Amino acid sequence: MNSPGRYSTPAVLLHWLVALLIFVAFPLGVYMHELPLSPDKLKLYSYHKWIGITVLMLMGIRIAWRLTHTPPPLPRDLASWQKRLGALVHGLLYVLMIAIPLSGWLMSSAKGFPTVWFGVLPLPDLVAKNRELGDLLTEVHEILNFVLLASIILHVIGALQHHFIERRPFLQRMAWGGKENA
Amino acid sequence: MKHNLTLAALLAALAAPAVHAIEYATVVPKQSSIGFEFRQMGVPIKGGFKRFVTDMRFDPEKPEAARARIEIDLASIDAGSPEADEESAGKLWFNRSTYPKAVFVASQVRAIGNNRYEMRGTLTLKGKSREMAIPVTYQPGKNNAAAFDGGFILKRLDFGIGEGMWADVATVANEVKVNFRIAATGN
Repeated sequence: MNSPGRYSTPAVLLHWLVALLIFVAFPLGVYMHELPLSPDKLKLYSYHKWIGITVLMLMGIRIAWRLTHTPPPLPRDLASWQKRLGALVHGLLYVLMIAIPLSGWLMSSAKGFPTVWFGVLPLPDLVAKNRELGDLLTEVHEILNFVLLASIILHVIGALQHHFIERRPFLQRMAWGGKENA
Repeated sequence: MKHNLTLAALLAALAAPAVHAIEYATVVPKQSSIGFEFRQMGVPIKGGFKRFVTDMRFDPEKPEAARARIEIDLASIDAGSPEADEESAGKLWFNRSTYPKAVFVASQVRAIGNNRYEMRGTLTLKGKSREMAIPVTYQPGKNNAAAFDGGFILKRLDFGIGEGMWADVATVANEVKVNFRIAATGN
């Protein structure tokens, strides 16, 4: 049967905040790296890095919250392959949302550009300057991002499919208002 | 007479260390370095120059007679990344095709105590010359070797380094911390 529950308000807030940040940082990353060197390019790189580190920090909170709060139950009649696929995509998204900003931070360190969050909080360099490692991490960062894009597409298709094609009230799980899962 | 000769020999022996006071004049390029650090969007970026030629004469007892000339090959820059190295050659930065070198010529050196000296001189960069006073620490080592460590803050816009769109100091700071070590041997 249909589950009327939804995720707790902090979980919903964190989900959409991280979604918004990814929605900004992803195209920014694609756009900025092709630009010729200019002050604007340096600014965009900094904004991208600040957003990425913010996502990493929010993910710390998200994971802590997720581990201490039970999500609303899935509809009981959902096919088990759908449950498994959903869990797999969610797991992958969590891994990527940690691995991507981390790979960006590492790559920045390897290229000899420390990260100073919002120009205020200097983060430690996790690796020493190393051109080859920097180039390798750039590849890793890029590949992970395309896996992320594919995972997000699957995630969105899954949610919309449950809601509109299977006609289960599904989108309210990640919305405000309505009954929260206790 | 004999007595006087002995006295003269004794005086000469006592005076010998002063007469043979060490003068550093042979620079050891491999142990010498010029580095800099600047801030870009609040982020510290390190760089340096790999090739430079130093001519110097320095006797710690006679700083007023010291001479120094440092000529830096700007093409040997490490500006933090290959992209920045390339960018730095352009007209807005060093305009390297017209001004391939930076030259510092010391005009006066005076002791300020504790093996520290103030070196005054002229830095010429991108066709502009500025007087500067640079504190230098003299560190005598073994086998007549010594290191001279100095540092100063260079304001890049004083020399037109980073013009046009790069003149915005909110992106690339005006202050560039320069530090150097000149290793030399004397006799």
